[in-house]
Amino acid sequence: MNTDKVTRIVLISVSVLILIVAGGMVFALVGGAIPSFSHFGLGFITSATWDPTEGKESYGALPFIAGTLITSLAALVISLPLSFSTALFLGEYFRKSRASKIIGMMVDLLAGIPSIVYGLWGFYVLRPFLVDMGFENQGFGVFTASLILAIMIIPYATSLSNEIIMMVPNDLKEAAYSLGATRLEVITHVTIPAARSGIIAGYILSFGRALGETMAVTMLIGNANIVPTSFTSTGNTMASVIANQFGEADGLKLSSLIAIGLLLFLITGIVNAIGKLIIKKMA
Amino acid sequence: MALAVILFTACQNANKKNSPDQKSGSVALTAAGATFPMPYYNMVFKNYTEKTGILLTYGGIGSGGGIRSLTDKVVDFGATDAFLEDNKMAEMPAPIVHIPTCMGAVVIAYNLPGVDGLQLTNELLEKIFLGEITKWNDAAIKTNNPGVKLPDMAISVVYRSDGSGTTQIFSDFMTKISKKWAEKVGAGKSLNWPVGMGAKGNPGVAGTISQTQGAIGYIGSEYAFAQQIQIAKVQNNAGNYVLPTIESISAAAKGDIPDDTRIMLTNSNDPDSYPISGFTWIILYKEQSYNNRSKEQALATVQFLDWLVSPEAQNQAATVDYAPLPEKAVEKAKAILRTVTYNGEALLK
Repeated sequence: MNTDKVTRIVLISVSVLILIVAGGMVFALVGGAIPSFSHFGLGFITSATWDPTEGKESYGALPFIAGTLITSLAALVISLPLSFSTALFLGEYFRKSRASKIIGMMVDLLAGIPSIVYGLWGFYVLRPFLVDMGFENQGFGVFTASLILAIMIIPYATSLSNEIIMMVPNDLKEAAYSLGATRLEVITHVTIPAARSGIIAGYILSFGRALGETMAVTMLIGNANIVPTSFTSTGNTMASVIANQFGEADGLKLSSLIAIGLLLFLITGIVNAIGKLIIKKMA
Repeated sequence: MALAVILFTACQNANKKNSPDQKSGSVALTAAGATFPMPYYNMVFKNYTEKTGILLTYGGIGSGGGIRSLTDKVVDFGATDAFLEDNKMAEMPAPIVHIPTCMGAVVIAYNLPGVDGLQLTNELLEKIFLGEITKWNDAAIKTNNPGVKLPDMAISVVYRSDGSGTTQIFSDFMTKISKKWAEKVGAGKSLNWPVGMGAKGNPGVAGTISQTQGAIGYIGSEYAFAQQIQIAKVQNNAGNYVLPTIESISAAAKGDIPDDTRIMLTNSNDPDSYPISGFTWIILYKEQSYNNRSKEQALATVQFLDWLVSPEAQNQAATVDYAPLPEKAVEKAKAILRTVTYNGEALLK
């Protein structure tokens, strides 16, 4: 057998293996979620009641879907100006300077901090700070959770946008400068349009990370199984309710938690698909 | 694909090698379940291993996990904070017995700087946890705590976000003292809470309370006693305000206990008892000959449990903040252990 053939076989089998793993996951999630969906029907998605008390069990995923989408979207909005400015600082304005190297390193460091550490910091530092500042009564809730999520996704969004901004060809920028454009004009008319699809892809990936984030959110959102009514209201997210409740769950409750897992899987899939579509349209 | 199969079988072979070999003569017992009695179990299990050479391992995976593990027959015995109701007993593959091992309580912890020795009636507990009283300086709390300066501060209720035996005992008590609670919320390992916020585990609830002024919540006594946290006196069925202590928790089991020991001890009639107390149990199959278990293994299991309820083990309970079983409960537990059989023959005489 020649090496070409061996390589091909290895590559094909590895790819098929990934297919099997992903397929098996969907299969297991769907199989586990069937009892819940057949019991509650579509009401599972639209119902806001999560009552595990024996005798009047009723499970609805709406509070968690709402909590996940609200915190992730809010995190994206909060992180956008910060990460975008940092990316421009690193990739355009102070490119290759010592300051940008140090800041770049810090950003990478932030990306590597485990979620539970963000949670601890949020719990013992950020939350009391918000209470002292008078933003919140007790500090647990959607706003605090969104803020910690925003801090967590900033490094992702920053380094992805930074890479893309650095890849914009110098020829383009030099041409603009030679026509008398200012630095700001080069950024708004050349760099951003050229890097647009990549930057958007970076933000969508960050959004995906925020959707699935568990530990830090659990520690700060207040874990109340209600649809949040305001930014200071407590709530819960899909990932967080699964992490909290699967340990003692059985029967219909376990199936409902798996169904929430399946929904989270689908939402993440849809978000990724939308991201791909945007990239295609804009590229 | 072939690669995957090879990998999986390799893993399985490795597992087989690691599992204790029953024929080798040394007996090893595995158990899993409730996290509430874990510090006590860890301590006495270790002491028993040092004493007898029998290796004991305990996995704190939650009461539900303990029941599931026993159902799947992957452990020698399971542990649970809530006894199995008749319908759950019937769902087990074979008859099981409950052995109470020690007692604990659920304490009402709060965070109000300068306010010590808060006294709570049943009615106040109902109203606070249902969200009907929202301020600490509410007239109802004031009249019940004369001489205490209560601040104008919002009450933040904190509860367990994960399913827990602690929640079960607390809500069982609430169901007994309040009709409204029984109708609106009920009892269980996790609930549909009318107000407040959830935190994961005893450490999560304790941390949230100690970090939040105006917070009130419930914590397992074994955890609360080791913390610097304010604890409220709760009114018991005799009308006395009682602080949770080893003595007042043990007092809750002074009344009549059924022969199978399956009883919730909350709201006990004893005048000295702390009202939110309860047993924690170990569960095992009544017939120990299953899954090719050796008689040696079965005997080691019941002998250990017999030791666990003996004074030698029970006297250690208080050192890790659990209350020992009262004499009557020990007698019942010993009697139950003597009904456990191997191929129909009683293992202990």
